[in-house]
Amino acid sequence: MRSKRKSIIKNLPVYLMILPGFIYLLINNYIPMAGLIIAFKDVNFAKGILKSDWVGFKNFEYLFKTPDAFRITRNTLLYNLAFIAVNLIIGVMFAVLLSEIHSKKAVKFYQTVVLLPYMISMVIVSYLTYAFLSSNTGLINGFLKTVGLPEVSWYTEQAYWPFILIFVNCWKYVGYGTVVYLASILGIDRTLYEAAAVDGITKMQEIFKITIPLIKPTIITMVLLSVGRIFYSDFGLFYQVPMNSGALLNTTNTIDTYVYRGLITLGDIGMASAAGFYQSIVGFFLILAANALTRRYSSENALF
Amino acid sequence: MLKQNHSFQIIAQGIMIVASILTLLPLLLLLMSSFADNKSILLYGYSLIPHQFSLEAYQYIWREHMQIFRAYFITIFVTVLGTSAGLAMSILYAYALSRPDFPGKRFFSFFILFTMLFNGGLVPTYIMYTRYLHLKNTIFALIIPSLLMNAFNVILIRSYFQHNVPASLIEAARIDGAKEFRVLTQVVFPVSKPIIATIGLFIGVGYWNDWLNGLYYVTDNRLYSIQQILNNMLKNIEYLSKNATSVAKSTSLAGQLPAATVRMAIAVIALLPILIIYPIVQKYFVRGIALGAVKG
Repeated sequence: MRSKRKSIIKNLPVYLMILPGFIYLLINNYIPMAGLIIAFKDVNFAKGILKSDWVGFKNFEYLFKTPDAFRITRNTLLYNLAFIAVNLIIGVMFAVLLSEIHSKKAVKFYQTVVLLPYMISMVIVSYLTYAFLSSNTGLINGFLKTVGLPEVSWYTEQAYWPFILIFVNCWKYVGYGTVVYLASILGIDRTLYEAAAVDGITKMQEIFKITIPLIKPTIITMVLLSVGRIFYSDFGLFYQVPMNSGALLNTTNTIDTYVYRGLITLGDIGMASAAGFYQSIVGFFLILAANALTRRYSSENALF
Repeated sequence: MLKQNHSFQIIAQGIMIVASILTLLPLLLLLMSSFADNKSILLYGYSLIPHQFSLEAYQYIWREHMQIFRAYFITIFVTVLGTSAGLAMSILYAYALSRPDFPGKRFFSFFILFTMLFNGGLVPTYIMYTRYLHLKNTIFALIIPSLLMNAFNVILIRSYFQHNVPASLIEAARIDGAKEFRVLTQVVFPVSKPIIATIGLFIGVGYWNDWLNGLYYVTDNRLYSIQQILNNMLKNIEYLSKNATSVAKSTSLAGQLPAATVRMAIAVIALLPILIIYPIVQKYFVRGIALGAVKG
C-alpha cells in the first residue's frame, strides 16, 4: 500500500501531464458514449436525460420501419466499397509510377500536387464542384451547350451522383494513399531490383512480380483500416458537395447525413439517436473484426 | 532494354501530368472565376479563361470587408489557440505514455485507443455540448468539440518519442536532477521537432478547414469563421446582401452584388494560406502520413 502511494507521489508530475488530455477525452469521447442510452429513451429535457422515460426499442422500431434505414445502410456501404476499390487502384498506380520516375524533382512535384486536395476543406470542394455542375453557370453545361448537347440539371438528377461522388472522393483523398504506398515502395530493398534486372525481366514483370507483392502488407493494412470505417461516411462529401439537395437524397443520404438531418433539421431526437446507436455499435464490431484480420496479416499494424 | 525503359518513363510522366492537370484544373477554375466579370459569368458561365476580366469581386469584398475580415480573424484566432492547446495536450499525453516506468501506462493507453474503436456519435455529443456545457454560440464551440486532440496524433508522437529519443539521454538528465517537465522541454523537445511540426500542421489544417463545429454549434454571425461564411453562402446565394454591414447599404447594394464571382473570391481568400504554406511544408505532411500508415 505504502509503496503504491509512494509510486503515485513520485509520478505525480506525469499524472499532472496526462490530466488535461484525460479530462478532454472523458468529456469529448466518453460522456457521449454513455449518452448512447438516449436511443432507448423518450428524451424530455425538462426531466433531464437520466430521468427521461425508457421506451425500450421503440425508436429502433420506427427507424427500421422506414425505407430510410435500408437506403442509408446501402448507400453508406456501397459508396465506401467503391471508394476503397477506386482509391486503392489509382493510389497504388500513382505510387508505382512515381517510384519508377527518375527525375526526383518531377516526383516531388507530382506528389505535392496529388496531395494538395487533401488539405482543402470540403466546403471549398463543394464550391469547386459547383463551378463545374451549376445548371446555369457551370463549366460542364457551358461545354454541353457549345457542342449542341442538351444541358443537365446536375443537382436534381440522381443517376449521376454515384459517379460524381466517387470522382470527388478520389480527387480529394487519392493523394493520401499515394503517399503511403510510395513510402512503402521506397522501403523495398533495391538489390532485389538489381538482381531482377540481371535476369532481364520487363518493367511490367518488375511491377507485378516485385513491387506490388512486396507492398501487399501495406495494401492490406490500408484496406482493412477503411473496411473498419465502412459504416461511417464523410459528412461533408455527402451533405455539402450535393448542396443538401432534396432531389438527390435517394443516392446521397448516408447514415451520417441522416443522423444530422434527423437531429437538426427535423428535431427528431429519437430517430436520430437510434440511427446513431446503430452506427456506433455496428461500426464498433466492424472495427474489431478488421483489426483482428489486420493482426493476422501484419501484427505490427494492428491497433491493439 | 534501355529503349523500353525510356518509353516507360514517358508513359509514367504522361499519366502523372494528366493526373496533375485534373487535380489543379478545379482550383484554376475557381481562381479564374473570381477574377471574372459577374455579368459575363451569368451570360456564359464559369470558364477557365474569363470572357471579361474584372476585379469587382475583390473590390466588393474590400468595401464590405467587415464581415469577411471578422470571420478571417476568428479563423486565425481559433486556429492559433486550438493548435497550441491541442498540440500541448497531445505532447503531454504522449510523453506520459512513452515513459516506460509510468504506472497506469496500460490504462491510459487503452483509454485513448478505445476512442478510435467506439464513439457516441453526433446526437449525444451535440446534446452534451449544447444542453449541458452551453457551448452554443461561444468561441469555445469552434475550439473544443472533436478537434483538440485525437488518438491518432497522440500515438504518432508517442512512437516518435519511444524510437527517436534515446533513453540514456533521459536517464542522464534525471541523474543531473532534472524534473519530469524539464526533461520534456529540454531533452525530449529539441530532438522531436519534426514530429511536433508534423502534428502541429495536421491540427492546424484541421482548425483552418473546419466548418462542422460552426454548422453544429454556431448561429451567431459574429462568430462565423471563414469556412462557415462560405458554407452559408452555399446555402443562400443572397447571403452577402443580407449581411452587409448596414441596412441602408444592403438595400442599395443588393442589386449590384456580384454574387457569382464574390463567392469564388471568398473561397480563394480562404484557400490562399493553404496554397501558400502547404508547398513549403509538404514534407512534414508526407512524413506524417507515411508514419501514420506504418504505426497507425
